[in-house]
Amino acid sequence: MDLLQQLTQYAFSGLSTGAIYALIGLGFAIIYNATGIINFAQGEFVMLGGVLTHFFLIVLKLPAGVAMGGAVIATTVIGALFERLTIRPLKRPTPLSLVIITIGGSIFIRGVAMLVWGKDTQSLPPFSGEEPITLAGATVMPQHLWIFGITLLVIAANKFFFYYTIRGKAMRACSFNRTAASLVGIDVRKMVLLSFVISSAMGAMAGIIIAPLTMTAYDVGVMLGLKGFCAAIIGGMSSGFGTVLGGLLLGLLESLGAGLISSGYKDAIAFIILLLILFIRPQGLFSKAQTERV
Amino acid sequence: MKRDYLLFLLFATVVLVAPAAFKGGYLLNVLVFMGINTMLAVALNLLLGFAGQISLGHASFFGLGAYLSGILSTTYGFNPWLTMVIAAVAVGILAFGLGFPILKLKGHYLAMATLGFGIIVYIVFNETVALTGGPSGLSGIPNLKMGSLTFDGDLKNYYLIWCFALVTMLLAINLAHSRIGRALRAIHDSEVASRVMGVNARLLKVQVFALSAIISAVAGSLYAHTMSFISPASFGFNFSVELVTMVIIGGLGSIFGSFLGAALLTILPELLRVVQDYDIVVYGLLLIVMTMYMPKGLAGGIASLARRLRPAKKGVVDAQG
Repeated sequence: MDLLQQLTQYAFSGLSTGAIYALIGLGFAIIYNATGIINFAQGEFVMLGGVLTHFFLIVLKLPAGVAMGGAVIATTVIGALFERLTIRPLKRPTPLSLVIITIGGSIFIRGVAMLVWGKDTQSLPPFSGEEPITLAGATVMPQHLWIFGITLLVIAANKFFFYYTIRGKAMRACSFNRTAASLVGIDVRKMVLLSFVISSAMGAMAGIIIAPLTMTAYDVGVMLGLKGFCAAIIGGMSSGFGTVLGGLLLGLLESLGAGLISSGYKDAIAFIILLLILFIRPQGLFSKAQTERV
Repeated sequence: MKRDYLLFLLFATVVLVAPAAFKGGYLLNVLVFMGINTMLAVALNLLLGFAGQISLGHASFFGLGAYLSGILSTTYGFNPWLTMVIAAVAVGILAFGLGFPILKLKGHYLAMATLGFGIIVYIVFNETVALTGGPSGLSGIPNLKMGSLTFDGDLKNYYLIWCFALVTMLLAINLAHSRIGRALRAIHDSEVASRVMGVNARLLKVQVFALSAIISAVAGSLYAHTMSFISPASFGFNFSVELVTMVIIGGLGSIFGSFLGAALLTILPELLRVVQDYDIVVYGLLLIVMTMYMPKGLAGGIASLARRLRPAKKGVVDAQG
């Protein structure tokens, strides 16, 4: 294989993992914009998507569509419960207490998943066959195409929801100014709940479409969640294209770095990028700086 | 203020005579771990409880101290005491340099940046196999020696570790009651307001970060030389979270609270050994429940309980520390 072919190969696999990071990152951004919370449990929603699908599909032997739908719904219910039981009752939330609570939540969810489904890594069958397709000199698994397709669909649906529906517009209003939003009659608390519902559903979907490629287990959420957060940071916490670009860029750099430099340091690459961006451009690559108001 | 020092004296006395009550080596070994965890929790509390700056990467400083000290003494044959000093100085310089860009960040961003740093360090521990031994760890680390006395048994280690832990606690209590401690608490409440009052918030935060890292590195060095074996698994993200849990459960800004938190989290896994694997679920629940219902931690809970028990005494100012 010559170098160009190799590069195309890395680019394809990088972009498809990047699409996953983008989906997870969008989940972070949606909650952050509605509530100002960085949900450290976001990665666990991704894990639940994969693990629940495996449970429904392989253990309960349900049909694939039902299993996946069930996994998304179950994860969404867990996400909503998480918000209702831990975030909403907080009397005086501070960034510190919210960090701790969502970390606690993520540890708890991971622990329960381990107790219920065990520590073994599970694999899911790909959506449509394992016959690789040759594209521009590189071999692509059908699952990669599924990932691109579903990610695009989710992003489009997201865009439509936030810009063309009344609920979506209300959520955007909340992210601009919560007090003003509640003054014009928007139920801010309902929007917060809704943001958890949307991001847990998106997280679950990300977990389902990546599981056939990378396998799934109770502890996959940590790394995936952190990478998703990196994507959101690169994109400046926007719930739109910034984060999508951030995810793709991260996936690409990671895949090229792993292929050309060293695969052992693959995970470190994402965090070095994260630190560099936080140090140099904390507002993200694609947005303008804001000043802190006291 | 006086109360803190009295409490410390009492605590120190209990620590010094405690081994008489424990004949078995196993319990003593748990107490050695408790001492190391106390050092780490107090160190993190300086940053988290006093200055209000979160770090989700403190296990990396602990690990860097352990590995620097371990590698220099094992592979290169340096005196363990010397390597402890080298580790402390090197980690201090690193944290000081890192502190300026990283502590510019706030809240969630700071949490993620420190977490990212911790994971990078963890990956380096795993990948630089020639130096660290990689995932299988570094063994044969020499014990600390003092003249003809080698710190190798549980009882000797107990006194060694707890000497360091008590000094750390005393240092932290002193710091809390100094001008610096008050300035830090001002930063905690409002950084902008503290700046207006003439506190060099930026430098002070970095200094506390470095001090906290240095104490953690010394704890790491002690850990390496008492256990004689280290591996990356002890210095990962989970341990960073465990450290934050100790501080939160004990009570933010309370030095004795940090001991309580460290003690609880050292003993809990031993107790939960019977129901293996449940400990992670219990940690998660503890974190959530404590933050929601007992934001001042065990120390705060005990203090308010004490106040409720003697309502007659009026005018008692709520003094933390």
